[in-house]
Amino acid sequence: MKRVVITGAGTINALGHNVPTTLQAMQDGVCGIGPLDIRDVDRLSVKIGGQVTGYDEAAHFNRQQISLYDRFTQFTLLAAKQAIDAAGLSFSGDLADRSGVVLGTSGGGLNTQDENYRAVYEEGKNRVHPFIVPKLMNNAAASHVSMQYNLRGPTFTVATACASSNHAMGQAFALIRSGMADVMVTGGSESMLCFGGVKAWEGLRVMSKDACRPFSATRNGMVQGEGAGVFVFEERDHALKRGAEILAEVAGFAMSSDASDIVMPSKQGAARAIAGALKDARLAPSDVGYINAHGTGTAANDKTECAAVADVFGAHADRLMMSSTKSMHGHLIGGTGAVELLACIMALRDGIVAPTIGYEEPDPECALDVVPNTAREATVTATLSNAFAFGGLNAVIALTAA
Amino acid sequence: MSIERQVIEIIAEQALLAPSDVTRDATLAELGVDSLGLVESIFAIEEAFDISVPFNANEPEASEFDISTVGSIVDAVEQLVKEQK
Repeated sequence: MKRVVITGAGTINALGHNVPTTLQAMQDGVCGIGPLDIRDVDRLSVKIGGQVTGYDEAAHFNRQQISLYDRFTQFTLLAAKQAIDAAGLSFSGDLADRSGVVLGTSGGGLNTQDENYRAVYEEGKNRVHPFIVPKLMNNAAASHVSMQYNLRGPTFTVATACASSNHAMGQAFALIRSGMADVMVTGGSESMLCFGGVKAWEGLRVMSKDACRPFSATRNGMVQGEGAGVFVFEERDHALKRGAEILAEVAGFAMSSDASDIVMPSKQGAARAIAGALKDARLAPSDVGYINAHGTGTAANDKTECAAVADVFGAHADRLMMSSTKSMHGHLIGGTGAVELLACIMALRDGIVAPTIGYEEPDPECALDVVPNTAREATVTATLSNAFAFGGLNAVIALTAA
Repeated sequence: MSIERQVIEIIAEQALLAPSDVTRDATLAELGVDSLGLVESIFAIEEAFDISVPFNANEPEASEFDISTVGSIVDAVEQLVKEQK
C-alpha cells in the first residue's frame, strides 16, 4: 500500500482567511462567533454564528464567476488556491489524469436555494437566473476546482452531514493509498448561514443562543459556522521525489454507522470508528497525544464522545488531550472536519494544542483533559480528528508527524 | 432608451465589449457569446422588458426566436414587446 502525506493546506473561516491567521487565532483562543449579519435576522431566535467577516466576493471573482459560484464554491476555490499554491504543484499530462478532487458539503449551494425560493415564493417572481442549478448543486465546488486546476482524475462530492469532509478526506486517502490516484485535492466547505439555513437548525432546538462551550457543564448547544478547508494529499514517494514540504502523514482512517437513530449519537458507533482509525494507522492508543473532538457543545454529543474515547483509550484517556475548536470557529457542518484537521497539523508540526474556549465548569460526564481556554505546548506525534454525523455516520482520521 | 439600444447593451455586457462594438449584423459567435452567455442574455432581456422569450436551449436554431444576428434579436424583441404589452 502507498503512503499518503499532506503537502498543502488552505482555509477561510470565521477565524481567518488563510492558514497562518487561523492557526494564530486558535493558538490565542480567539472566538470567531458573533452576531449574525444576514437578511431577516430579526425573525430568527438564534442570532449568532461563526460567520466569515470582512469578505467581499467582488474582490476575488468577476461578475460572470459570481453568477456561477455560490458562497460555498467561492470559499472552496479560495482555500484550494492556497493549498495548491503551497504544495507547488501544477497539473498536466499523466499527473492531471492521476489527480482528482473529493470534497465534502452538506448544504451545497444553500444560499442560492434560499435566495431563489425567496424570489419565487415570497416576491412572486416567475423567472430565475439561468444558472441556479449549476450554482446550487452539491458537486459545483468540486467541479470548479477540477476545471480551474485541470484535475482530470476521480472527482466527486461526499455528503454525510457533519462528517462530510472527514468522509471526503478518507476517500481521497483511500484513492492514493490503493494506487488509483497520485494527488487528491480534498476537504470540505459549507455556507448555511442564511435565513432558511439557520431557521431549519432552530427547529431542532439544539442551538445555543449565546456561545459554544463544548464539554463545559454550562454548555447549552451548538453554534453554526461557515467556511472551507482544503488540503493537497499526495503519494509520499511522489512528494519526496520533488522535495515537497510535508505537513503531516495521513496514517489511517475508519468509518462506521451507528445503524440506530437518525439524530442521537451512539457510543458504540463512535468507539468503533475511533478504534478502527487507530488499527488502520497501526497506532497503539498510547501513541495518540491529541484528539480534535467532534465536540459540538450539545449534551448528547459531548457525553457520548467522551464515553467513547474513554472506552477505546482506557487509562490513556486521562493522559491525552482532547479539544473542540468549534468553540472558536463554530460548527462548519460539512466543512468542519477539514478546518479542524488544521488543529491536528498544528499540534504535530508546531507542538501547540488548540484549546476548548468558553469552558466554565467541569462536567463529570466529560472528565477528560479538554485543554480548557488556553492553548498548550506539547510534543505530539499522533493525532485523531473525530466527526460524528446526524444519521449516525462516523469518520475518524489519524495523522502522524511528517 | 430604445429597445435596440437596450438589447445591444445586454449583449455587449455578455460579450465583455463596449456597446459601440456590437453592430446589428454581428452574430453572437463573432462576438464571443457562448451558449451560457446566450441563455444569460435571454434571461436579461426577459427581465428588462418583462416579456417571455420562446427559446429552447436544446435547439436554439429551431426556436421561433431568431438569434442569427444581433439585428434579428432586436427585431424579435420588438415584436414580442408589441405582442405581450
